[in-house]
Amino acid sequence: MTDIPLAATRDRRLAGRLAAWWRAEPASPAKRVQFDRPLTPWLFVLPQIAVVVIFFYWPSVQAVTSSFYIEDPFGFGSTFVGTENYRDALASTEYRNTALFTAFFCAVVTALSLGLGLLLAVKADKVIRGAESYRTLLISVYAIAPPVAGLIGMMIFDMHMGPLTQVAAWFGYDLKVGIDYWDTAVALITISVWKQIPYNFIFFLSGLQSVPASVREAALIDAKSEWRRFRDIILPLLAPTAFFLLVINITYTMFDTFPIIDVIVKDKPANNPMTLVYKVYLDGFKGNDIGGSSAQSVILMVVVAALTIVQFRFLERRVHYG
Amino acid sequence: MQKIKPFDHLVLILGSLFLCLPVVLALMSSTHGAVDIHSNGLYLTPGTEGWETYKKVLTHRGGFTGDVTGLLMLGNSLVMGLGFAVGKIVLSMMAAYALVYFRFRFATILFWMIFFTLLLPLEVRIMPSYQVMADLHLLNTYTGLILPLLASATGTFFFRQFFRSVPDELLEAARIDGAGPVKFFLDVLVPLSRTMMAAIFIIMFIYGWNQYLWPLLMTTDESFYTLMRGIKSILQVWVGSQIPDYNEAFALAVLAMIPPVAVVVIFQRMFIKGLTESDK
Repeated sequence: MTDIPLAATRDRRLAGRLAAWWRAEPASPAKRVQFDRPLTPWLFVLPQIAVVVIFFYWPSVQAVTSSFYIEDPFGFGSTFVGTENYRDALASTEYRNTALFTAFFCAVVTALSLGLGLLLAVKADKVIRGAESYRTLLISVYAIAPPVAGLIGMMIFDMHMGPLTQVAAWFGYDLKVGIDYWDTAVALITISVWKQIPYNFIFFLSGLQSVPASVREAALIDAKSEWRRFRDIILPLLAPTAFFLLVINITYTMFDTFPIIDVIVKDKPANNPMTLVYKVYLDGFKGNDIGGSSAQSVILMVVVAALTIVQFRFLERRVHYG
Repeated sequence: MQKIKPFDHLVLILGSLFLCLPVVLALMSSTHGAVDIHSNGLYLTPGTEGWETYKKVLTHRGGFTGDVTGLLMLGNSLVMGLGFAVGKIVLSMMAAYALVYFRFRFATILFWMIFFTLLLPLEVRIMPSYQVMADLHLLNTYTGLILPLLASATGTFFFRQFFRSVPDELLEAARIDGAGPVKFFLDVLVPLSRTMMAAIFIIMFIYGWNQYLWPLLMTTDESFYTLMRGIKSILQVWVGSQIPDYNEAFALAVLAMIPPVAVVVIFQRMFIKGLTESDK
């Protein structure tokens, strides 16, 4: 970093900042002492950069370009169509219904898995006897792959011999997962929540355990009601963790539930609910509509990028004041 | 003085049952015959046909070409998990080292270039990624299975944070002793990062092992099938069969979940550390 007086640093306008950015002067260097070699850092950073350029930037750019073209289904070139793919996607009722279901699915799965994760974490934080065993039982499901979760879920909701279908039958309800739209949705939600609870549990528990003992003791003196202590002291302290988890859970429900949907719905979207990501896959790989699928990808990219930026902005705050 | 509260335990027991019962059902049912499962439903008690089923799933040559066995898929999943975890650690440690310990032109731009990959998961650019792999002739290779998944900044970010917390005095001392950048990296930083590496290794191994969509698209050659891909194909065979091989599907599911679950349970402390610190 060059020697710029403090006052000047403060006055620096946008142009100056851009110039500094271009000259690659970090506001504060990562280390007080650094190596000063021309070549060595490149050798270290190059493998990662190569992978990122080839497998991230190249396909991302391709997704954007091909979203403006319509590919000939028989492979005879492609035609530039401007924003037609986007307009087609946004105008189709099928796409809108999928988007609506995705939003609903995200809201329900996020609410349930956050709520249950928090409940279990609060209880696990309280008990002493058996705490270790509970923790092990509650987190081990994290490691199970979504397709495996989907497979087990499929059996449990099986129309012929699934235990949950039988339970529903006792109550006089005919559960038809894979055929009835909302029954399938219930199965998807149950499996996705099941798979996500351990993740939220781990984060909430580690958040709870980092609440200082002195704060807990002070709260114990101030408020007799356990619920009030939780609501007024613990919950605000957990808010950063909860917000972080909120974003993570939404992204999880949008993307990582793909295998669960694939196992339950099995390429037969006929009358089954699905998410936007699954539709990108179906239209692109099964329907061969590359332009349309790319346009949908780009729309998704914008949504996820926005979500992630919100998350980072918040994280920055958390680093400073957390 | 802590009172034992039955209600707390009740909630925890119900939660544990909700989470673990499906796993127990899968495990127990895999030891029964397909016909029994078909007529009696899932089991909560062990059966007698487990040995036969697992032996068949592991060694029976199935699939289209008649070459793919459970053992082969297990091996491929292992290659995927280990390859991904090792690759991730090597790439991201090196990149983080360059970004933290060197003063060089474009460092900030490079940082943002790597950092930006956190914005978009592989799923949203799956079609063009497939196209790129086809252009590079990497379909049906281990390289093609693993490399594209490495294009994300999670590990780099994690090690960058860690390196920044390493005291500056170490580098000063090393320089006085005449150590160059490579020597400092290999002899000081790498040994210092051992616990961090272990923690991130666990997370990444599980992530690689559990990959589904990418192997599904990348591998048409059955000798590259992973267990996750095998689950997909066992389900495809079901359509139209009278009594599906429930027991074999469950056995495959159990094989697919044992290694990652074992890793999480055995290295619990490290796993939690890796998870809660790498995602922040």
